[in-house]
Amino acid sequence: MDILVVLENRNGALHRMSLEAIAAAQSLARDLNLTVAALAWGPQAKDLAREAATKRVDEVLSLEHELLEKYSSDGYAEAIKQVIEQEAPRYVLVGHTYMVRDYFPKVSARIRKPFVGDVVAYRIEDGSPVFTRQVFNAKLVVDVAPQVAPPVLVSFQSATFQADAVEAGTAPVRDITVALEAEQIKTQSEPPFQEAAGDVDLSSAEVIVSVGRGIGKEENIPLAGELAEAMGAELGSSRPVVDAGWLPSSRQVGSSGQSVAPKLYFALGISGAIQHVVGMKGSKNVVAINKDPEAPIFEIADYGVVGDLLEIVPKLTEAIKEQS
Amino acid sequence: MKIAVLVKQVPGSESALRVGTEEQWVDESALDFEMNESDSYALEEALLIKEKSAAGGEVVVVSMGPPERTPKVIREALAKGADRGIHIHEEPPYENDPFLIAGIFASALRDEQFDLLLSGLQSADLATGQTGVILGEFLEMATATLVMATELQDGSIKVKRELESGWSQWITLPLPASITIQSGLNQPRYPSLRGIMGAKKKEIKVLSKADLIAGNTPLQSWERLYVHKKEKRTEMIEGDLNQVVDQLVNVLRTEIKVL
Ligand SMILES: Cc1cc2nc3c(=O)[nH]c(=O)nc-3n(C[C@H](O)[C@H](O)[C@H](O)COP(=O)(O)OP(=O)(O)OC[C@H]3O[C@@H](n4cnc5c(N)ncnc54)[C@H](O)[C@@H]3O)c2cc1C
Ligand SMILES: Cc1cc2nc3c(=O)[nH]c(=O)nc-3n(C[C@H](O)[C@H](O)[C@H](O)COP(=O)(O)OP(=O)(O)OC[C@H]3O[C@@H](n4cnc5c(N)ncnc54)[C@H](O)[C@@H]3O)c2cc1C
Repeated sequence: MDILVVLENRNGALHRMSLEAIAAAQSLARDLNLTVAALAWGPQAKDLAREAATKRVDEVLSLEHELLEKYSSDGYAEAIKQVIEQEAPRYVLVGHTYMVRDYFPKVSARIRKPFVGDVVAYRIEDGSPVFTRQVFNAKLVVDVAPQVAPPVLVSFQSATFQADAVEAGTAPVRDITVALEAEQIKTQSEPPFQEAAGDVDLSSAEVIVSVGRGIGKEENIPLAGELAEAMGAELGSSRPVVDAGWLPSSRQVGSSGQSVAPKLYFALGISGAIQHVVGMKGSKNVVAINKDPEAPIFEIADYGVVGDLLEIVPKLTEAIKEQS
Repeated sequence: MKIAVLVKQVPGSESALRVGTEEQWVDESALDFEMNESDSYALEEALLIKEKSAAGGEVVVVSMGPPERTPKVIREALAKGADRGIHIHEEPPYENDPFLIAGIFASALRDEQFDLLLSGLQSADLATGQTGVILGEFLEMATATLVMATELQDGSIKVKRELESGWSQWITLPLPASITIQSGLNQPRYPSLRGIMGAKKKEIKVLSKADLIAGNTPLQSWERLYVHKKEKRTEMIEGDLNQVVDQLVNVLRTEIKVL
């Protein structure tokens, strides 16, 4: 095959970002007239293979091995290296998941081929794809081109392609094998666990007033707290606010925190980084106050104010209190 | 314990970025640089590991960048308590292929036989998040990414890795190991006045990228840097402070209906 999509398992089904990677592969295959294979592997490989075989791909590869039952970066990188050597794809596509962040650079190091990560778009130039990545806190983008013979490893940022755009089909499943030894795995892992849930469940909140680093310092947090109180809202936050210890981690919204879908998400001094946005993009309405007119939050907000939140928020709280 | 920390200067998050003339990098003339966020957590973790380990040890701060500005970030780390520095001189055009960059660090660090390499999980500018893993691979170390806690043990290190959506996992790595640090696992210290004075006397070894690169060429490279055209769908609320507040209240009440 020409394109290999490496799938990821989430609770026995395909990870949403693996579906998005299949959509990416179908798109690239159309543009360049290439064939696609999807690799189902790891625990529950059979279930993943069955699900992948209902998509329009040329072939599904199914790989089971006892050393792949549990994730390890060494084992997974070694397995993918061997699959790439056996199947000789030109493109290896994945979603940019936390797991991919962990083991794909290793694959790149081992096969000495480029890993173009967290791609947000591609276009074809002279018959080859050029990949676009975000740099400088997503304020700029850069076009990146491989400089060596195939394969190239590519991961796509969340929502670059749509999971529901995947075309259905029926694909044959082929079992493949790799040779892994326990000694190749340097690390030992314990079972994953969920951090103590904390005091709040933001996922059911109607209104969230969310605080970003733009609040400036811990002493200013009450400004947002008072607005939240006046609106009957829960307080949310971006990661840096939690990192600094200004709010507890149970308030964090984003890829490593909670996912929320309130009627209103009121973003105060939040730039709109992808890892934050994935946690709040289901909100019905987004209102943002940010002093930087170029902040990416203004690409997704419904209403925006360019200004100093430290000036606006107290006035707004006052006005809302007067209303009620 | 011999620990190396990779720290890198990146434009401050409030910097106004302008694409430079060659469309290959930003115009640096108007930029303020600061230590990459996750790197400052990596540095703090290295200092804490050293302070906690009975046998003591050494923390070596390593940075690649141009001689005009990079010494500042190395001095900052020395002032916080790192023992010595290594500065890899790099003149523009800067490398942007993480494989090649990791290779440069591998040549610089291989002979030093570090027990532990700490780096940030990704840099604010290139944001590939690959350097620490590839470097670990080149130096035949165990690797782990997105680390939120560390516990040094005899001959190994146990780390808590962040997974998606609030999940975590502990894994144990034999030493030597290369781990990339996620922000928030500690509270980075400020340098003391004594630290700042003492930093001036600490050694910074200078190496040159040209020597370390040893004829290697990139696997991927930047074609063009540009401003992405945004789909603006945000309705902007404008006016003086009172007008903005009035309009916001109005939107919240009549459009979004949450008041
Ligand atoms: C693997 C990984 C996981 C991550 N997980 C998460 C996550 O779960 N959640 C999360 O939020 N982030 C997460 N991040 C971090 C994320 O990439 C961003 O760094 C973070 O979201 C930025 O937070 P921020 O918008 O508050 O801060 P910044 O990006 O620093 O933005 C601050 C904003 O405030 C504005 N501002 C400053 N002063 C004022 C003022 N007075 N008035 C108005 N506006 C002002 C600025 O213009 C700026 O836009 C993760 C990163 C990685 C790599
Ligand atoms: C045009 C251009 C200009 C550049 N200018 C600079 C510069 O001024 N200074 C500079 O240091 N590099 C510079 N580089 C090198 C470039 O930043 C490296 O390619 C880059 O560090 C790799 O970044 P990354 O986002 O892939 O790293 P990531 O893998 O995202 O970074 C992870 C971590 O690796 C460590 N790390 C990465 N690079 C360095 C480094 N250079 N020094 C110390 N630790 C590091 C840090 O701990 C960082 O958090 C430049 C590159 C280009 C293309």
